[in-house]
Amino acid sequence: MQASHQPPPMPAEQPQRFSSRERTVNDFSIQVATVNGSGSQTANLVLMRSIFQMGVPVSGKNLFPSNIQGLPTWFTIRASRHGYIARKKEIDFLVAMNPESAREDVLNLPAGAAVLYDEPLQLASLRSDLHFYAAPFDKLVAPACPEAKLRKLVRNMIYVGILAELLGIDSEEIRKALYKQFGERKKKAADLNWGAVQAGIEYARSSLVKSDPCFVERMDQNAGKLVIEGNTAAALGCMFAGVTVCTWYPITPSSSLAEALIAYMERFRRDPETGKATFAIVQAEDELASIGMAVGAGWAGARAMTCTSGPGISLMSEFVGLAYFAEIPVVLIDVQRVGPSTGLPTRTAQGDTLKNAVLSHGDTRHPILFPSSPEECFSMAVEAFDLAEQFQTPVFVNMDLDLGMNYWMSDPLPYPEKPMNRGKVLTAEDLERLGGFARYRDVDGDAVPYRTLPGTPHPKAAYFTRGTGHTETAAYSEKPEDWSANLDRIARKFQTLRAHLPPPVQSLAPGAKIGIVSAGTSRYAMEESRDQLSRDAGLEASWMRLTAYPFPPELEAFIEQHERVYVIDQNRDAQLLGLMRLDLPARLLEKLRSVRYYGGLPLDARTVTEQILAQEAQQA
Amino acid sequence: MSSTPATPPKVNRIGLDLLPYRGSKTTLCAGCGHNAITERLIEAYWELGIEPWTVAKLSGIGCSSKTPAYFLQQAHGFNGVHGRAPTTATGALLANHTLRAVVVSGDGDTASIGMGHFVHMLRRNVPLVYIVENNGVYGLTKGQFSATADLGAKLKTGATNPLHAVDLCLLGIELGATFVARSFSGDKRQLSAILKAAIAHKGLAVIDVISPCVTFNDHEGSTKSYAYMKDHDEPLHEVDFIPSFADVEVEYEEGESRLVELYDGSKLLLHKLERDYDPSNRIHALEVLHEAARRGEVLTGIIYLDTSRPSFTEILNLCDEPLALLAEDRVRPSRETLELINEEFR
Repeated sequence: MQASHQPPPMPAEQPQRFSSRERTVNDFSIQVATVNGSGSQTANLVLMRSIFQMGVPVSGKNLFPSNIQGLPTWFTIRASRHGYIARKKEIDFLVAMNPESAREDVLNLPAGAAVLYDEPLQLASLRSDLHFYAAPFDKLVAPACPEAKLRKLVRNMIYVGILAELLGIDSEEIRKALYKQFGERKKKAADLNWGAVQAGIEYARSSLVKSDPCFVERMDQNAGKLVIEGNTAAALGCMFAGVTVCTWYPITPSSSLAEALIAYMERFRRDPETGKATFAIVQAEDELASIGMAVGAGWAGARAMTCTSGPGISLMSEFVGLAYFAEIPVVLIDVQRVGPSTGLPTRTAQGDTLKNAVLSHGDTRHPILFPSSPEECFSMAVEAFDLAEQFQTPVFVNMDLDLGMNYWMSDPLPYPEKPMNRGKVLTAEDLERLGGFARYRDVDGDAVPYRTLPGTPHPKAAYFTRGTGHTETAAYSEKPEDWSANLDRIARKFQTLRAHLPPPVQSLAPGAKIGIVSAGTSRYAMEESRDQLSRDAGLEASWMRLTAYPFPPELEAFIEQHERVYVIDQNRDAQLLGLMRLDLPARLLEKLRSVRYYGGLPLDARTVTEQILAQEAQQA
Repeated sequence: MSSTPATPPKVNRIGLDLLPYRGSKTTLCAGCGHNAITERLIEAYWELGIEPWTVAKLSGIGCSSKTPAYFLQQAHGFNGVHGRAPTTATGALLANHTLRAVVVSGDGDTASIGMGHFVHMLRRNVPLVYIVENNGVYGLTKGQFSATADLGAKLKTGATNPLHAVDLCLLGIELGATFVARSFSGDKRQLSAILKAAIAHKGLAVIDVISPCVTFNDHEGSTKSYAYMKDHDEPLHEVDFIPSFADVEVEYEEGESRLVELYDGSKLLLHKLERDYDPSNRIHALEVLHEAARRGEVLTGIIYLDTSRPSFTEILNLCDEPLALLAEDRVRPSRETLELINEEFR
């Protein structure tokens, strides 16, 4: 908007700081700045995929506004030969397509970064320490796309071509990625877009001189890997878990999970001949209803779930307490976003850690799984249904927007090897043999009672489910001893469950004095930060990645083994650390330190490294 | 040893006596209208010869919501959270669409805290019997007005209701219920016939039953009292229910009665009173309700009936077996399917 009115300098006049010694190979971030709703997503995914196909580890993060059309949006692709796929703070290559954000985007770049921009924006005069490449996108798109009204959609493909040429991405990989993205049915659209890519390549060859140091070179790191969003992987996990009822209410960032589930269930769980479904997915009137339906379905024996985000969880609080107390299996997938309140609906956080652990009034505790990758979104969705039915209780899966809505490299999603665990359900035959049952009696000493499903054809099958005080036989009771005995059994059940959770992932550094504990997507910043700590400060750190709450016994041992333990939180109030304070022995608590980030962007390694080093410096 | 020959208990068509259809002893006030409705439910299920364990009873919170404990002791019951029984009942039916679900709610549940769920249950035509035990007052919290209290009605404390009442039958007809009836807990014959017809109906049956609260809303100035209902109950027709298994020739005089066949083959005979009333005419149903309200009369009977619209579980086209009981090979796609999906992301 406030671009200089001077004409952009010719490429030849740009500062030439590039020499072959300074080549930056497979280790940079590209940021594409566009306008929301301009159709840049396809171009960005093609660019990302083509780098991925060249065997270079990549990640793709969409930074988008809570808006459908018109506000600035950024897509960041990080290529890393080291395999680092966390967000990197510094942008090495900016593609400036949005007049509104271009000036600020350019001013924020580190010295030495490159900028490809739409020529009329006239950005080159803003700074003298960057590599500028101007391209007249409107002029280039016209011959590539004769139909004027399609040009807006095709225009973005031109920067893909220019970048391919400047970075050295094999154009054949671009072509493969592009035709994969469009699929068989949209071949015409793909042809048109491929024409635009070629126009970009041709322009870069004839009119631009490479001066920045970024290059993509083939590696072999991605054999067999997928590129997938966490929400899609979680939806697939639910389908392979055998989910039968999903009730949900649209909310960013979890809607795409439900929508992916609908698409896959329609494809694989509906009889193509009869049209009959082995599932019911219902878009409810609100989150109170979506959890209510899921609880009703769980009560009647379905593998039932809902998926939502923080504001939805707040509304579900009452029903989750009922399901906990009446012992009804249900799975809640929480794709967390920034709160409190409406907060930042399109930004990421881990702000529901504490709330989900103790959701609802009175004494409650809920198990939580913390997936950190698409593979874990898949496998933990499967585990969540087994746990919910085995322990007759709500089970949370805490994802976050970064994991759910961004693009991740992933190992193939692993087929569930264990048969479904449907828990302790008595059939009419069982009841005939046993002569009856007591719904809330601890028969096996594991605090997990037996249940029957409505509709079980036996006169002794029925029991009365209630959120009020009850005896072992599910009869109403206000007696203090009945109340506390029941609550104590449910607490014991929670302890039984602990042994059935996925184990934590540990990486012990020999002789390390400090340890780091994280959960979920903090993993990626951690992997990189540990290397930074070691490389930049000679500080070795052990690491435990928690995969579930209640905490594993290994956590205590891990804290014992280290002098100080840093707990990583993507929230203001150190909620993971707070939960540890609630559950761990007092003697361990003084060792705990907090590392926090809550700006709404995916956690980056530098933030973690700096906070740890600052606290370590005070220690010395 | 006693030698007195015991008289065998009377049994229904599936050989069960009343006991399995009864529940635990009521803890509601003596004379509460809700207890009479409970009795009619016990009779209806017994007379229809429905296996108790095929029924699921669901409720919210309040005096009315306690009643599922007082009937069908051999049926699963679920006393959930305030106003949200439509959701738990919908979920239970998704899990097992072969269940015969009955929801007992109150005017607080339905017309206030759970209004959102009520209207969406109507929209979906969820196949269940939805009874509102409507007394215009919050009993369990000791006598506050509910949203069905009529304009100008008086509380025991003397307070006058300044707001218009929510008419649940109007809402039901407007928003898609396929069986809408109003009755009075004191009208044994009518309520009994309506309940049986509702159980036989394949979609959502909403029955708004005026059920006086003897403790907080049965005084002079109440429009939900026994006395008020005695004076203002205006039946649309006389209702006879003929179950599908009854081996009788249904005889009626054209112009004097209407015959409606229900989904399961049972029949409804609606005998003309002051005027001929066609319950399949939606616009007319709304009109007569508005007219009666203007006159201060409480119209009772089967106000609206649509036997053709598909129910929610039909719309979803669920497989024949209950989803809850599907074996692993029906719900977990194959290893090859996952490999195919993995390949699509490579």
